[in-house]
Amino acid sequence: MNIIFTGVGGQGVILSGKILMGAAQNAGYDIKESEVHGMAQRGGTVDCCVRYAKKLYSPLIELGTADYIVSFELIEIMRKLDYLAPDGRLIVNDLKIDPAPVQTGEMKYPNDISEWLRANIKNSQVIDTEGALKDLGSRKSLNIVMLGALSKHLEFSNEQWKDAITEQIKPQLLEMNLKAFALGQTL
Amino acid sequence: MAEKVLLLGNEAIARGAYEAGCQVAAAYPGTPSTEILETIARKYKDIRSQWSPNEKVALEVATGAAIAGVRSLAAMKHVGLNVAADPLFTFSYTGINSGLVIINADDPGPWSSQNEQDNRHTARAAKVPMIEPSDPAEAKEFTKLAFEMSEKFDVPVIVRITTRIAHSQGLVELGELSGLPEKDFVRRPAKHVMIPVFVRQRHKFKEDEQIPRLRDFSNNSGLNRIEWGKSSKRGIITDSVAYQYVKETCPDDSILKIGMCWPMPDRLIKEFAGGVEEICIVEELDPYIEDYVKSLGIHVNIGKNTIPILSELTPEIVNEALNGKIAARNVPLYESSKIPERPPLLCAGCPHGFVYQVLKKLDLHVNGDIGCYTLGVLPPYSAMHTQGCMGASIGMHLGMEKAKPEMAEKSVAIIGDSTFVHSGITALIDLVYNKGTGTVIILDNRTTAMTGHQEHPATGKTISGEETHTLDLAMLSKAVGVRRVVTVDPKNMDEFERVVKEEVAAREPSVIISLRKCALQK
Repeated sequence: MNIIFTGVGGQGVILSGKILMGAAQNAGYDIKESEVHGMAQRGGTVDCCVRYAKKLYSPLIELGTADYIVSFELIEIMRKLDYLAPDGRLIVNDLKIDPAPVQTGEMKYPNDISEWLRANIKNSQVIDTEGALKDLGSRKSLNIVMLGALSKHLEFSNEQWKDAITEQIKPQLLEMNLKAFALGQTL
Repeated sequence: MAEKVLLLGNEAIARGAYEAGCQVAAAYPGTPSTEILETIARKYKDIRSQWSPNEKVALEVATGAAIAGVRSLAAMKHVGLNVAADPLFTFSYTGINSGLVIINADDPGPWSSQNEQDNRHTARAAKVPMIEPSDPAEAKEFTKLAFEMSEKFDVPVIVRITTRIAHSQGLVELGELSGLPEKDFVRRPAKHVMIPVFVRQRHKFKEDEQIPRLRDFSNNSGLNRIEWGKSSKRGIITDSVAYQYVKETCPDDSILKIGMCWPMPDRLIKEFAGGVEEICIVEELDPYIEDYVKSLGIHVNIGKNTIPILSELTPEIVNEALNGKIAARNVPLYESSKIPERPPLLCAGCPHGFVYQVLKKLDLHVNGDIGCYTLGVLPPYSAMHTQGCMGASIGMHLGMEKAKPEMAEKSVAIIGDSTFVHSGITALIDLVYNKGTGTVIILDNRTTAMTGHQEHPATGKTISGEETHTLDLAMLSKAVGVRRVVTVDPKNMDEFERVVKEEVAAREPSVIISLRKCALQK
C-alpha cells in the first residue's frame, strides 16, 4: 500500500504518517517512510510517503503508484497528481492557504480546483472539515480528522487505529483526537 | 524475538551508538544530520553529548575522547565535513585508541544545503574507510560495526548517509547495550604527534599495512556482497538508498551491493563482472563507483551516461534508466502554470523580516550567510546578494572593501548568532586586523533556528538544557577590537534604520547586534 500525505508546514502532515505507520505495524506489516525536514518546512509544502506491505525496499513512492493521496490543502494535491495509481483515490481537504505568490498579488489562487478534481478524477473526494473542526474547538486536530477520513478505506480495525493514536498523542489531548478521528470517519 | 521499532535513519544511528557503548558524542547541527545528537541527548543520557561550536571542534572533541580510551562519535552534514577536513585528514594517520565514528550526511537534491557535494570522494582523499547503510535498519547495524572496524584497523570510520536515509523511517530491531569498552590512555607521541618524521612512519603504515587490510575487509567482510539474481545477464552495482530503488524496480537482476565504498572491493567487482554479461551502475551524485569500476578495465553499460548526476534518484528514474519504463500518467493534465509555488518563507513575526525591510529600504549590498535568514534572498525581500558557506559573509564583506573601498559604505554583512560562533569570529578578527571599516549585523535570535532550535555557546544552555556560561557577543566583538558595538531590537524599525545608517557611514568597523528572539521560541 502506497499512501502520500501532503500539506503545508504546521498542518501536522508528518504526525499523520506516524500514526498510519503505527497502525500498519500493529497489523504486522513491513514499513518504509520518507519525510521532509529542514528548510522545506518553513511554510513550504510538507509531505510524507508511507508504504506498507509484506516486504518493501524503496522509501519513496514511484510516480503513478500511490493508492491514496491525502492532501490537507487544496492546491497541494495538484503537485502530487502524477503519483496517483490508475485506481488510486484522492482525499482532499477543501481548504485554501494562500502561498506567497498569492499573498503578494503576483498570482491568483485557482478557484476551479475542486470542480476540476471531481470532473477529472474518478476516485476523488473533496471534503469539508470545517464543521468537524468547529465541533472539536481546535484546528490542530485537522491531521487526525483527515486520518479518520482515510481510515474508512483501509483494512485496520478501530482498535489498531486507537492504539496507534494513543502512542503518538499526549494523554491530555487524546480524547479530543479520538473524537477528531471519529468525526473524520463520517466525512 | 527482539523488539522492532520504527525509527528515522538518524534515530537508528543514535541507537547504534548506544548499543556499541559509545560514551562521548559531539556535533554541530546541520540538516540532514541534526536528529542524531538530539536523539542521543534525549534518549541515551549516559552518553556525554554536546553541541560544539562547529564540526571541526566536534571532531576534535570526539577524537580526544577516543584517544583517551572511550568509544566516541562526531556527526555532521556533508559541508560540515569540509569544516572538519583538517583534523580528519591527519587523524586518518594517527589513528585512534577506542573506536571513533564520524557520521556524514550528504544532501543530494539538495533539500537544505548550499551544495550537492559527494563525500565519498572525501573518504578516498582522506584515506579513511567509509561505509554506507541503505536504510534505517542498516544504519543502526553499520554504526555498531563502524566502532568495531575503527578499533580493528586503528582508524576513524565514516558512516555516510544521505537525506533519504536520515529522514526516512523503517523497522529497526533493537539490541542491547553490549558494555562500555574502555582502554587506558597511553602516551604514544610517535603515533599522536604529527611532526614530519612521525608523519612519514604513519603514512607508510597506512599505505603498506592498513589500506591492504582494509581492502581485504572490503572484499570479504560481507559489507560488499553479491546477490545473484534469477538472471545473470545484467549485473547492477549500487550503493546507499539507490540499492533500495534497484531492488524495487529490478527484482530479477544480479546485484553487487556496495556497503563499503572506500576502499573499494576490487576482487569482488571483478568476480561480479565475470559472472554477468553487462554491468550497470546505479549511484546518486558523482560517478564514484563507475570511475573505479572503469579503472579496473571493466566496461560499464549504463551509468552516468543515463543516470543523472544532479539531485537525488527516485524509483522512477531508476526504472526508466534500467528498464525503459516511463511512469504512467493516470490523470489528465491541469495547467501547471496556474498552480502557485509555495516557497519556504520567514515565519510571521520573524525578527529577520524587520531587518530585511530596513536593508531593502536602504538598498544596501547584503553579504549573507547560512540560516533561516538566507530566505531573505527570495521575494518579498530580495535583499541578499552573496552567500557561500558558514561564516563567509564577513570575509567576503572585507574582500569587497579591499577591492572597492567605497563599497564599505553601501554594504553590510549579516550573520546569525549560531553561525557567527561557528565560523564568523575569525573573519571579524580579520576585518579589524586588516583595517576594514565594514558593518557586521549579527542576527541574534538566541538559537540555531533553521535546524530546529538547538542551543549554542551564546544561549547559555547545553544540549541537555543545563545552564552554562553564556558567550557575550558584544563583549567578544569589543575584545577583537571593534569599538562600535550597538545592540538594538529590529522590531523597532525606525531605531534600527537609524543605527544601520550611522554604522555603515562610520569609517571604522561596527557590529550591530540585532537582538530579538526567534518568533517560534517561547
